Amino acid sequence: MSTQTKTLTKKEALFEYLIRLADDRLILGHRLSEWCGHGPILEEDIALANVSLDYIGHAASLYEYAVEIEGEDRHRDDLVYFRNDVEFKNLKLTELPKGDFGFTIARQFLFASFSYFLYKELSEVDDEQFAGMIKKHLKEVKYHLRHSREWVLRLGDGTEESHERIQNSFDDIWTYVGELFYQDEVDEFLQEHKLAPDTASFKDEWKELVEGSLKEATLEVPDWDQYMVTGSRDGLHTEHLGHLLAEMQHLRRSYPDGNWQ
Amino acid sequence: MSEDKNTNNEDTQWPLWEVFTQPRDGKPHEHAGSVHAPDAEMALENARDVYARRKEAVNIWVVPSDQIVASKGEDAGPFFDPADDKPYRHPQFYSVPRATKRRK
Repeated sequence: MSTQTKTLTKKEALFEYLIRLADDRLILGHRLSEWCGHGPILEEDIALANVSLDYIGHAASLYEYAVEIEGEDRHRDDLVYFRNDVEFKNLKLTELPKGDFGFTIARQFLFASFSYFLYKELSEVDDEQFAGMIKKHLKEVKYHLRHSREWVLRLGDGTEESHERIQNSFDDIWTYVGELFYQDEVDEFLQEHKLAPDTASFKDEWKELVEGSLKEATLEVPDWDQYMVTGSRDGLHTEHLGHLLAEMQHLRRSYPDGNWQ
Repeated sequence: MSEDKNTNNEDTQWPLWEVFTQPRDGKPHEHAGSVHAPDAEMALENARDVYARRKEAVNIWVVPSDQIVASKGEDAGPFFDPADDKPYRHPQFYSVPRATKRRK
């Protein structure tokens, strides 16, 4: 639970919401980029790198809009390279190590399917710039869903080894899935102002897609009612995020004014 | 007989698919290259990721490479040489009407 007691302003709520969306995509994009040169096959190496770049691009636009909303003359790079782990608001799901190809695909499918429903709603919000950005990204999100779902079907209904690996991956990641639908006063405030959807409104539809796909892939759907982790949106993270940030930020922090010329 | 590319037992890769991309509506599909993929749907996705990510195409065909029938090197003589000494197959001595030229 959040410890905030003061009333939010529209600027604060929207900034926070944009940061959450952007952090999810930056961190997952970084995790996916770790497959570059290590994919199971050349074509899949390229596919994962493409998705990774899509996420980092989405994050860049969201950060850009966040600093604009904030109006403090900050650059989006300040948010990426000069915040510490407790200031990152990404879901723990996104920062878990990439694991094997099965784990990466299981995570991609869960995140992409959630993003698909969320973005469909977000593209209708009462903020032209925000909605326009989301509409543009939604096309790519649809492709991410298609790519990951096709792989879930093939790994689940593939060989004995691929079936076992992706089943284990879904079992392992399940405790992180509940947080996708976490909402607090930031979400409630924005819902009142028609700037964000209530994620509960599409939860059943999302579950249907997930369960249907897992069953089609001959996989067992893990227990929805098991213990689910929380705390990401308040800056609580797994031990993995600090290491990721150290790698991602160290160069920029060593040479704060460095540039590419 | 040449080695069948799709069922070469030495190859640990997935089957090979030839990719044809259509640059714009109304244009013919052109050979872009090839990808490995376990099945047709994945071949399409891989082809999209490799050959159509920067607006190069509006449509993609993928064809299993072993389904393509090609002329062989030793056929080059009988297939293509006879055209050399048959000038009547190359209508270069007709003057083209100017109106036709302009419409190119």
